[in-house]
Amino acid sequence: MEINAFLKNFADILDDTDAALITQETVFRDLDEWNSLTALSLIAMADEEYSVKLTGDDIKSSDSLNDIFEIIKNKG
Amino acid sequence: MKANIKAISYYLPEEILSNDLINKEFPEWDIEKISSKTGINSRHISAKDEFSSDMAVKAAERLFAEHNIDKSTIDYLLFCTQSPDYFLPTTACIIQDKLGLNTSIGALDFNLGCSGFVYGLSLAKGLIAGEMAKNVLLITSETYSKFIHHKDKSNKTIFGDAAAATLISSERGFCSLDKFIFGTDGKGAENLIVKQGGMRFPVSNENEDIQDEFGNVRNDKNLYMNGAEIFNFTGEFVPKLTEAILEKSNLTKEDIDLYIFHQANKYMLNHLRKKIKIPEEKFFIAMEECGNTVSSTIPIALYEAQKQGKLIESKNLILAGFGVGYSWAACNLII
Repeated sequence: MEINAFLKNFADILDDTDAALITQETVFRDLDEWNSLTALSLIAMADEEYSVKLTGDDIKSSDSLNDIFEIIKNKG
Repeated sequence: MKANIKAISYYLPEEILSNDLINKEFPEWDIEKISSKTGINSRHISAKDEFSSDMAVKAAERLFAEHNIDKSTIDYLLFCTQSPDYFLPTTACIIQDKLGLNTSIGALDFNLGCSGFVYGLSLAKGLIAGEMAKNVLLITSETYSKFIHHKDKSNKTIFGDAAAATLISSERGFCSLDKFIFGTDGKGAENLIVKQGGMRFPVSNENEDIQDEFGNVRNDKNLYMNGAEIFNFTGEFVPKLTEAILEKSNLTKEDIDLYIFHQANKYMLNHLRKKIKIPEEKFFIAMEECGNTVSSTIPIALYEAQKQGKLIESKNLILAGFGVGYSWAACNLII
């Protein structure tokens, strides 16, 4: 699993956010588009792309996209 | 003896909660975009003095009128709700009286949410096959809106109130009930819950409102749904449920002409559809005008599918309900 592909997958679930703003350090919670539905989209993406079950607690305990990336990598 | 679905009607309360109204209340919530994903444009909300029995009666009266059904032929009433009028008496007894059904009928409530309609069909089939009843009236009715905190935009966006009335009969109908599959896992109880109001935690007037990570406000007397956990639960169990009902009914995925799942929201349904690899044209979605109406979503969708002529060329249907409990069930219908 590769970080750039993951960041692209994450950018794809957003509609209005410039993909250039999506980096490893991005604090996803601070994005304007972050809401309960984007959280579900992230869970769906982890399932569809990596066959990983990401939980609500996994998201809650993460700050940056890199944190999410590491969780998915460890679970994969 | 075969059990058949003879007719369905449903009732939506008058008051409409439109996207515009939600947007006025929560300007930060981009409801148009959210709605394009959830597939919900409006929800109906029960009036302050309108409860599940009132809606049940309206749905049943509509059923009798729309399908020219003689109510004196009904010999059993099954009522599915999680928002009953009282602890006791049984709401089904109140409905029997309000509808003027015979006093010789059997009547009972059962408490299930999104899986409730399929469970109700299984109970009706059992009653008919066991020759205990010939015409079973199954009513699903829910007023979740009364549980939802007025500042809980997530749940407000998803859920709507409704009631549906279905007649299951030993006589010919538009489809017959074939095989059933059930499932239960109470480990998920806390993920979709109204904590207060029962005996364990009576309703308190000293609740503190809590704001979640997405800005939704609620307290312990309100509906709480852990969206992420429910999403994962359905992703794990619904594909297995679909496989199990296909196997039990001796059918392949290709034999099925139409799948009608509990209409939770379009986003989740499409995720499930892709996971199970069901073609889009075989997967029915009808929730735009009423939202997630809990146990009434499947009968409403079935009614709409019939109205749109989707059942004319169909032979095999699969229904699947899943949610609060956790509880799930599926069945196949033969047209």
